[in-house]
Amino acid sequence: MDQTTVIAVASIVIAGITTGFGTMGPALAEGRAVATALTSLAQQPDASATITRTLFVGLAMIESTAIYCFVVSMILIFANPFWNHVIAQAPGK
Amino acid sequence: MRLSPDERVFWHHGPAKLNATILFTWVVMFVLAAGSKLITRRLSTGAERSRWQNVLEMIVIGMNEQIGGLGLHPPERYLGFLGTLFLLVATASLGTIVPGFDPPTASLSTTVALALCVFVAVPVFGIRGQGLGGYLETYLQPTIIMLPFNIISELSRTLALAVRLFGNMMSGAMIVAILLTVVPFVFPIVMTLLGLLTGMVQAYIFSILAGVYIAAATQSHGRKRASTPSTPAPATT
Repeated sequence: MDQTTVIAVASIVIAGITTGFGTMGPALAEGRAVATALTSLAQQPDASATITRTLFVGLAMIESTAIYCFVVSMILIFANPFWNHVIAQAPGK
Repeated sequence: MRLSPDERVFWHHGPAKLNATILFTWVVMFVLAAGSKLITRRLSTGAERSRWQNVLEMIVIGMNEQIGGLGLHPPERYLGFLGTLFLLVATASLGTIVPGFDPPTASLSTTVALALCVFVAVPVFGIRGQGLGGYLETYLQPTIIMLPFNIISELSRTLALAVRLFGNMMSGAMIVAILLTVVPFVFPIVMTLLGLLTGMVQAYIFSILAGVYIAAATQSHGRKRASTPSTPAPATT
């Protein structure tokens, strides 16, 4: 396999795996966070404003790791420097 | 497939480019400034007030209460900065309803600029609230060993703010673009709705996180415990 094929295959496979595995952890964590928040809301309904706000802030922090994985996948697919490099070299060959 | 509104260039002259990001930021700025100016032309303090004034008052009072809930007192001092962050990002997300509008926050340039504003604002508010010595002391909390970690966390949470907002807005726009080529009938509308929801949530998150960072910088450890919002006493069994 020449260099272009290796880079293409590696980028495509890793882009898929990154988003696939990268969103499993945050999804589990967010599920647990929401479950705990619902339990606290059931126990103390008058603290609902604080609990809701803290829940959203926590969810955003957890979500950001999934977003990092997504951004890496997008970079591998659309703004891949290795791919651009071999493509720029291709007309010369 | 456009990765960001930066690539949509309307006009260029040498190195200076007018791309979609700048243009739509101007549109958002114009809408916010002109709208507020028009609505606040004739403010009334009585019971009779115009509908739009009511809307603005709801928004401002709501933001004031949220900022106060974070432990920042008086909230009016921070309303200008945090409120503007929220309104800018929220208006940029709402604008996706209009076809042809690319939210400027879908470009990494805008989100990094906003995150850098927060990065500068936190020390400014911290020094204003506690003095230079008091603010620098927060880096030594809780022990002096945490000094490098506090500095690193300062930088990384700024980066996280930028990438979080950029990733959410860019993914919303990209999903709609992809769906338009695959299933152009109903799903793009549903995904635009979802993008609108996440856009509003991200606007709230961005400003609340900025507020939390400012609150952490303006409150010394002892005072912080006193001013956290009191929770009701746990139910006795």
